Amino acid sequence: MNAYLGIDIGSISTKGVIIDEENHILASSYLWTKGNPIEAVKQLIKELKKQVCTKNLSIIGVGTTGSARKLIGTMLNANIIKNEITAHAVGTLSLYPDVKTIFEIGGQDSKIILIENGIVVDYAMNTLCAAGTGAFLSSQATRLGVPVEEFGKIALTSKNPTKIAARCTVFAESDLVHKAQMGYQKADIIAGLCKSVVANYLNNVGKGKKIKAPIIFQGGVSKNIGVKKAFEEEVGCEVIVDQNGHLMGALGIAILSKKAPIKTNFQFSITEDQFETRGIECNRCSNHCEIICVSKNKKLIDAWGNRCSNGDIMSKQR
Amino acid sequence: MKEERVISFPHLGDYYIPIKFLLNKLTKYKVIESPPITKKTIDLGSKYSPDFVCIPFKYNLGNFIETLENGANVLIQAGGGCRYGYYAEVQEKILKDLGYHFEFYTLVNSDRITPRSLYQTFKKIDPKISIWKMIYYIPLTILMIRYMDHIDDFIRKNIGFEKEKYSFFNLKKEMLNSFTHCKGYCSLTKRFFTYQKKFQNLEIEKPEDCLKVGIIGELYTSMEPFSSYFLEKELASMKIEVKRFTNVSYLLYQKRLTRKKNLRYIEKYCKYTIGADGMDNIYRAKYLIDQGYDGIIHIKPFGCTPEIGAIPIIRKVCQDGKMPIIYFSFDSQTSETGIKTRLEAFYDMLKMKRGE
Repeated sequence: MNAYLGIDIGSISTKGVIIDEENHILASSYLWTKGNPIEAVKQLIKELKKQVCTKNLSIIGVGTTGSARKLIGTMLNANIIKNEITAHAVGTLSLYPDVKTIFEIGGQDSKIILIENGIVVDYAMNTLCAAGTGAFLSSQATRLGVPVEEFGKIALTSKNPTKIAARCTVFAESDLVHKAQMGYQKADIIAGLCKSVVANYLNNVGKGKKIKAPIIFQGGVSKNIGVKKAFEEEVGCEVIVDQNGHLMGALGIAILSKKAPIKTNFQFSITEDQFETRGIECNRCSNHCEIICVSKNKKLIDAWGNRCSNGDIMSKQR
Repeated sequence: MKEERVISFPHLGDYYIPIKFLLNKLTKYKVIESPPITKKTIDLGSKYSPDFVCIPFKYNLGNFIETLENGANVLIQAGGGCRYGYYAEVQEKILKDLGYHFEFYTLVNSDRITPRSLYQTFKKIDPKISIWKMIYYIPLTILMIRYMDHIDDFIRKNIGFEKEKYSFFNLKKEMLNSFTHCKGYCSLTKRFFTYQKKFQNLEIEKPEDCLKVGIIGELYTSMEPFSSYFLEKELASMKIEVKRFTNVSYLLYQKRLTRKKNLRYIEKYCKYTIGADGMDNIYRAKYLIDQGYDGIIHIKPFGCTPEIGAIPIIRKVCQDGKMPIIYFSFDSQTSETGIKTRLEAFYDMLKMKRGE
C-alpha cells in the first residue's frame, strides 16, 4: 500500500504522521526537538516505524515543514518542502473544509490564517515579539512552579483573573512577579496570564483581521484549555480545538507530498545513516555568508545560504 | 600643506555609478564610493546609531564610517522629505564625536532640489567648479539615471525567467561599466540602445500568465537590495514578475509631476499628501489592483512614520479590491528565515487563489 510521511519540525516539538491515499492517519508521533532536529527526526521515524511495522507500506512521498524543514528535507530527500503556514492551512482544511479562521500558537511563533471558500486569503505571523507563544508560557510555568501541562486546568479554577500587562514578554513577566509579590492567588495569576496571551495575540497578529467563525485553534498552546476559554470570551464564539490539533502541520505537508508531481523513495533504514551539518563562513566576498553544508555518511549532499555565485559550493562540486 | 580632498557618499543600489560619474566630471578631486554594503556595514552603523532610528540611517552611517576608514574626507549626504531630512546633521555629529575629520555637505537643505540650491552646494564643495560644466553634466547624469531605471524595469519583469543563470546580472554589470565611460549625450544614448537590444535578445522562458507582484513602500528599502534582504531576487527565483515604482527618476521629477493626478485617482481614500511617499503608495496599491496584479508587497524600515500612516489606508484599499498584501518591516535584527517563510506562504496563497 502506498503511504506518505509528513514531518513538522518545530522549535520545541517535532511531529510526524504517516497517511494513506485517503488522508487517514496510520501512525503519528510527537516528541521534543531538544535543539537537535536531526536526532529528533531519527527518533520520530523509529517510533513511526514501530506503529506501522505490521502493515506492508511503501512510502512514496515525504514532506517536511516547520523551522528545520530545509535541513530535514535534505536529509530525508523529501519531495516537498513547504512553509508551515501553507501546511497548516492544507491540513486543517482536509478535516474541516468550511473553516474560516485558524489560530495557531506554537513554541516560538504564532500565526493567524484566514480562509474563504477553502482558499487562504490572508495570513499573519508574529514578527519581533515572543509574547504569547508557548516558550513564554512554559518559562512562566517554571517560574510559578507549576507543570505547564496543568496550566489550563488551574486557570479554569480561577474566578477572578488578575490583569497582567500584555504588550511584551518583558513587561508581562515583571508585572507577573509584581502581582505574585502583592499576594494574588496563583490560580488568578495563571488565568490572567492566559488572558494576556490572548490579548497579545489578537492585538499583534490578529490586528486588522476580520475573524469569522468557525474558528480552529491549534499548535502546542491549544492544549491549554485556559487559553482556549480566554479566546472564546474574547471573540465571543466557540473556538474548536481538535484532538489532533498539534499534528495539523504534519498532516498538511503529508497531503501536499501526495499531491506533488515527483515521488521519492523512502526507507526506514535512514535512521542508520550518519548525518552531519557544518556551518562555514564564505570568505570569497565581503558579504561573509554563512553556508550550511549537510553531509550524509561523510559525503556532502547539499549546501545553502550563499547570496552570490561565489559561494555556490554545490555547483562547483558537480 | 593642505591634505588632498577625497569625496565620498553613501550607497543606494547601483546609483553610486552615476553619482561618481558626475562628481568625477565636475571636480578635480578624487572620488571614491563607499565599500559595498555588507553585514559589517550594518553592524558598524547600528553600533553607533540611536537604537530606534530607522534602518537607512544605520546603513548610511556604516557606509560613512567605512569610507572614512578608506581615506575619504569630504562626505555628501542627500537629505529628503521625512526624518531623513535631519539625518545629515545627526550623522555629522556622531561621526565628529567618533573623532573623524571631514567636511560634510547636504544636497537638499529644504524640501526640494532646485538647480540653484544644487549649484550653491557644489560651489561650496569645490569653488572652482565651472557653471558650464554643471549645465552640461548634471542633465547628462539625470539622463543616465533615467536609462538605468528604464533597463531595471525591464530586468525586473524578466529576470525570473532567464534561461541562463546570472545572464541578466552579468549583462547589467557590463552595461553600467560601459555607461561610466561615455563621453556625452550622443555616446550615452548609443550605449543605452545597444544594451537595450542586448537585454531584449537574452533568452527567457516566460509563460503568458506568470504571477505578477508589485512592490511598494519606503524608498531606501525599495532601492537598496541589501536592506530588503534581496527581496526582488527572492521573488525572481520564484518566477514572479516584479513591478516597482520607486527609483531615482521618480524621486527627481516624476513624483512632482504626478502628484495631482494621483490624488485625483485615490480621492475616495485620501485627500491630501501624508508625508514622504505615503500618498504615492496608496495610489500604487490602487493602481496595481486596477491593473490586475496578483499581489502587493509593502516594505518599510521599522518605525517609518509616513508609511505607518499609509498602511491603514492601503489595507482598506486592498480589502475593497480583494488584493492579497503582505507587509515587511526591516530592521538590523530581522531574521532572513522569517522573511523567506512569509514570502513562501504569500506565493502559495497567490497560487491557491489562481486555483493551481
